[in-house]
Amino acid sequence: MPQHDVLIIGAGLAGQRAALAAADAGATVAIMSKVHPVRSHSVAAAGGINAAINPADDWRSHAYDTVKGSDFLGDQDAIEVMCSEAPDEVMHLEHIGVTFHRNEKGEMDLRAFGGASMKRTAYVADITGQAMLHVLYEQLLKYHESVERYEEWFTTSLIQDGDGACVGCVARDIRTGQMEVFAAKNVILASGGAGQCFKPTTNGLIVTGDGMAQAYRIGAPLMDMEMVQYHPTTLVENGFLITEGARGEGAHLLNAAGERFMEKMAPNKMELASRDVVSRAEQIEINEGRGVGPEGAGIYLDITVVPKKRTLEALREIVNIGKDFAGVDITAEPILIRPGQHYYMGGVKTDVNGATPIDGLYAAGEVACVSVHGGNRLGANSLLDTLIFGRRSGEHAAARAGDMSMPSIGDEQLREDARWIDGIIARDKGGRRISEIKEELGTTMNRHVAVFRDADGLAKAHEVVKRLKEEAKTAYIDDRGTVFNQDVLGAIELGYMLDVAESTVVAAIERTESRGAQYRTDFPERNDEEWLKHIDINANGDDTPHVSYSPVTITQWQPEERKY
Amino acid sequence: MAEAHKDPQEYTLRIRRYDPESGEAAYWDEHTIELEPHRSVLEGILQARARFDGSIGIRCSCRAAICGSCGVRINGQPGLACHTHLDKAKASSRDGVIEVEPMGNMPVLKDLIVDMDAVHWKKIQRVTPWLVNKEPIPEREYIVPARSMVDVTQTMACIQCGACVSDCLSMEVDPLFIGPAALAKAYRFAGDPRDAEHYQRLKDLSEDPHGIYDCTHCFKCIDACPKGVAPMSQIMRLRRMAGDDHGIVDRNNGHRHEIAFTSLVRDNGLLWEAELLPRSYGGDSFFAKFSPAAGAELASSLPAITKALIRGKVTPMGALKPHRLAKKDIGEVKSIYEKVEGRDERYELNLYITGYDEDDQQGAEGMPSAETGQPGVEPEESPSR
Repeated sequence: MPQHDVLIIGAGLAGQRAALAAADAGATVAIMSKVHPVRSHSVAAAGGINAAINPADDWRSHAYDTVKGSDFLGDQDAIEVMCSEAPDEVMHLEHIGVTFHRNEKGEMDLRAFGGASMKRTAYVADITGQAMLHVLYEQLLKYHESVERYEEWFTTSLIQDGDGACVGCVARDIRTGQMEVFAAKNVILASGGAGQCFKPTTNGLIVTGDGMAQAYRIGAPLMDMEMVQYHPTTLVENGFLITEGARGEGAHLLNAAGERFMEKMAPNKMELASRDVVSRAEQIEINEGRGVGPEGAGIYLDITVVPKKRTLEALREIVNIGKDFAGVDITAEPILIRPGQHYYMGGVKTDVNGATPIDGLYAAGEVACVSVHGGNRLGANSLLDTLIFGRRSGEHAAARAGDMSMPSIGDEQLREDARWIDGIIARDKGGRRISEIKEELGTTMNRHVAVFRDADGLAKAHEVVKRLKEEAKTAYIDDRGTVFNQDVLGAIELGYMLDVAESTVVAAIERTESRGAQYRTDFPERNDEEWLKHIDINANGDDTPHVSYSPVTITQWQPEERKY
Repeated sequence: MAEAHKDPQEYTLRIRRYDPESGEAAYWDEHTIELEPHRSVLEGILQARARFDGSIGIRCSCRAAICGSCGVRINGQPGLACHTHLDKAKASSRDGVIEVEPMGNMPVLKDLIVDMDAVHWKKIQRVTPWLVNKEPIPEREYIVPARSMVDVTQTMACIQCGACVSDCLSMEVDPLFIGPAALAKAYRFAGDPRDAEHYQRLKDLSEDPHGIYDCTHCFKCIDACPKGVAPMSQIMRLRRMAGDDHGIVDRNNGHRHEIAFTSLVRDNGLLWEAELLPRSYGGDSFFAKFSPAAGAELASSLPAITKALIRGKVTPMGALKPHRLAKKDIGEVKSIYEKVEGRDERYELNLYITGYDEDDQQGAEGMPSAETGQPGVEPEESPSR
């Protein structure tokens, strides 16, 4: 049985950063991922990473922008940690090799981004996440003696000891189908978000809420789950992401009349208001008949106002995406976009060290909710979140491992999981196909749990999700093999997604106000008196979510009216 | 504006299947799917998987050519399944059926899934794939020229999909060849001003018989790359840095061979085969052709030479007699050499700096290209000169 001080599940930016930090702290470390690390969805982060590195900037300004962006639901102690540690972390990334874009003096260049009071986004063209992910993987290769890598291993369950502490996991080697128990003094979940609960989404097919559901199933609370970010610029064609960097470089949003409609909602920041505000403004234009494109379902993003040379150098990826996936030359004509599901602000509740309420279980990155993003995440804060809290959880877990003995665990969970998987493989073809259920879940969530929500729609979504949970129990698969049986993994992932979707819907029903990404047309105002608090969702033991609340930490910024 | 909306059409996919547990050989499996023409081959495969057969194995995630998971061969050409439109794939097919196979040069694990660890990642590890910091490490960022970071961003844009490895001809012949992806990765450090080991890296890659001089300039990797990394161009840049900038004369005679090649063309306007080998070993002087190493190499090449003679590919006179262009034409060849060699610094092709291959002068300001063999790049016409 493999044994490690720190076992990290998920190998995107948060997981890899955690692994390197834990190894630096002297722990024995393993990192496990259901895909090769460089396929992790961090690779798709485009625009950049925020840090107050300009001498004229101040981390407190970054923190205030983040608090305001969160619609005052973010925990300010955590936001202070993230923003004050940001400059050192970004410099560390530069030192290990990220090829940050430079200005003419050779210093790191900074671009404008939504909701920020000054330029503070460091970037590598519009492939910042890719550059960072690949550089961290270079470091993992360098650390090959101190960090064990389990690539293409799929976690099926977290394991608890008699006191409820997390002491390892069960995983399946995707290549061989072999199941294995991993013992660990600490487990760090870094397995990303759950965008596949929605269709369309900017998220990859692997982003299926695994870590959120695994933690939820062993009793960890999920927090802020109603806060689902719709990114303002995703392709109408297929939901692909067009980076906020485009607007950071000066691109305009236009309605059917050719108007820059952001004037109405955010006269000061215009296109660079925070994402919830811009997405709502777009949706209003579309709903009120001022959209463009087929059925008026889109908005024009006009990048032609950015000098062509700058676009080719700093926005090259979206030049390619426009050309390859929409047939549009963005340097010459506007491109059709609309709001699309992009990011889970919510996740497994943690403290500023990444520790969850379950002993030995940490979470970092999109799977976690510290909460630094509150009701709405600012662009370019997610990469920062992954690194800061990835590193902190790695360090903290390594320190905790120091005075612990290795937990001894049996193979009960392994046998249970093996039975579970064999059961799925053996199901007869009486039920629905996994793919049908997934499709219905995605379209339902995107219809009723989107930019605008109301009680009726949410109730409908809740009914559908509950029904799909039942149907998933008998849904069948085709692949009976063991080598790369992606079909059976899809069935397990569907179960994870349904758990996450259910907590999202329940939290959205619960919050009867409008704040950040949660906009209730039946409760259109923010209500600080009743709702300046987090919603926590716990598993109830009877397969239904249980709702409770926890306070928002306020240090120096009292809630105020939010204007851009 | 965007392509006009098109209705879904039927497309037939012929997918190469292989089940390692069955004991059976690989076979072809056909599915007909229905999608709009500009949807990707990956979306077609996913539809087949969702509707007909969930056991079709393919790695995939982002669907937008950024995660690098879905490298395959489509109608024999390597690339990303998500990056190839159905209508284009159909147009390039033999019989109207889109053929999808696993990538080459790597063992197949199941269906369209290959073992990248055994080949691709092993080769990446070969090139010390991490930054070796120049000391002292500054408190803030390294101050480096803006252009240098944009330059290495071209190789940073590699998504490790393996498409270039799949069809590398040199690797087919020499499986130990470090290969296009790993050498592009090597450039990412050799070209990074923050790295302390440029010389050691270049020396290592020059001396390795499977290193930078093992590439045969076939351009397949440039065609295959979905991200414009142009691995072969990066290999050529490594050679220029090794030979010209660091004066590394390798034991494989790669650098001397290049000099022999280019000097023959400069002096004669044409390649003179009989001189190429001696000069590659001994250098440009008359006595060089009696270099013992050249003699040994010549002797070992005799069977190939004999075959070529028998089949009429070369004639003794044609090979041995110096052949030259007319004097006027040689003058023109020389003036090209003078122009290129007379530049203060080398021009290198880099899409992040120069824009599209076919792009006009607007994108090409500042760092035009003189990379050979890039169709559409016409530095002579660039007004920035």
